[in-house]
Amino acid sequence: MAETFELEVATPDRLLVKDQVTEAQIPALNGFLGVLPEHAPLLSELGSGLLSYTVGGKAHSVVVSGGWVEVQPHGTRVLAKTAERPDEIDLKRAQESLDRAERRLKESGEWDIARALQAAERARARVEAASKSGR
Amino acid sequence: MPSLIDFRRRIRSVKNTQQITKAMKMVSAAKLRRAQDAVIAARPFANSLRQMLANVANATKGSDTAAENPLLVVRPEERVLVIIINADRGLAGAFSTNINRGAQKFLTEDKAGKTVEIEAVGKKARDYFRRRGFTISGEMMNVTKAPKYADAATLGRKVVERYSNGEVDSVYLVYNEFKSVMAARLDIVQLLPVPLPQEQASVDYIFEQPAEELLATLLPRYVEVAIYRAILESTAAEHAARMTAMDSASSNAADVIERLTLYMNRVRQASITREIIEVVSGASALD
Repeated sequence: MAETFELEVATPDRLLVKDQVTEAQIPALNGFLGVLPEHAPLLSELGSGLLSYTVGGKAHSVVVSGGWVEVQPHGTRVLAKTAERPDEIDLKRAQESLDRAERRLKESGEWDIARALQAAERARARVEAASKSGR
Repeated sequence: MPSLIDFRRRIRSVKNTQQITKAMKMVSAAKLRRAQDAVIAARPFANSLRQMLANVANATKGSDTAAENPLLVVRPEERVLVIIINADRGLAGAFSTNINRGAQKFLTEDKAGKTVEIEAVGKKARDYFRRRGFTISGEMMNVTKAPKYADAATLGRKVVERYSNGEVDSVYLVYNEFKSVMAARLDIVQLLPVPLPQEQASVDYIFEQPAEELLATLLPRYVEVAIYRAILESTAAEHAARMTAMDSASSNAADVIERLTLYMNRVRQASITREIIEVVSGASALD
């Protein structure tokens, strides 16, 4: 059995990750998806959150949101609307958008709840990832 | 006969022009490199999306709900929408003329007798077709300077909406594909109804969402990505065309300078000879 599989994370304007990984945790729309080598073929929409993966025993992560994930035995492809490495995230701006989204959720009515929820979820993932990266 | 000073002036003026064309060539070369990088960076996503769409299309083959997807419905073609991607600025040789000519030929010959609307990307496309009295349903200026996915997405959403509302029966994309620095190829592709990519071996997927739903979310994105790719390709081709045009302009200027210098020297020689003759004949008159 293969030890690793290829993980590819791409957004419309760039390829973020292309690596041989031993495992990956992918935030699919219906909850996290743990992928190991030789996983059965699977297609799902992507949610938003922290996508973590392990290359040679070292853990890495990227924040993704929106898009699709395609799992095949030899490789997994993640096509995200947006994807960032934690060190690219501006913590202050992420925090601001999280605050804004939460405020909208509390006030409710005026805003599209579904959109505010999504925004909050996305912002929370970014804030968590950015603060973890040690800043 | 022009005097020496006239030649000097002409030469100076041509030299100035040459400096400008040389500078423009350098700038275009730098921009071309960046545009090429962008084309390459966008490739993995576009390729993966195409394969994913092919897989989903395979899985939903024969399903009625999938066939009813508004972006796959084929209607008799009466109203055609064409997205024409061209440059915003000139001085790129035959670049913009090629696209406009090709697009016009496509519209007036292939789509003769049909109602045609144009979405113009880039000033050159808008001006050309507006002057010729075509209907322009929308325009997008100055996106080729730094192509952004968001711009392509906006345009994509617009055409998808118009198509699903039945306002138009088909959507085409006309742009210059970047082949190499010397060659660009005019490409005309059908965007809507989406021609589903065909792939052989079908994989038996576990679908987290119903395949039809996935198809419905994949299709609009597929259209957006196609537009984005076309804009990137066109931008790269534009810079390449400008670079080539400016390169030949610079070497033409060099030729002109060489010819003028030659003439100038001849004129100078002639006047020196004349003066010598005058001096000599003046001296011999005294003898």
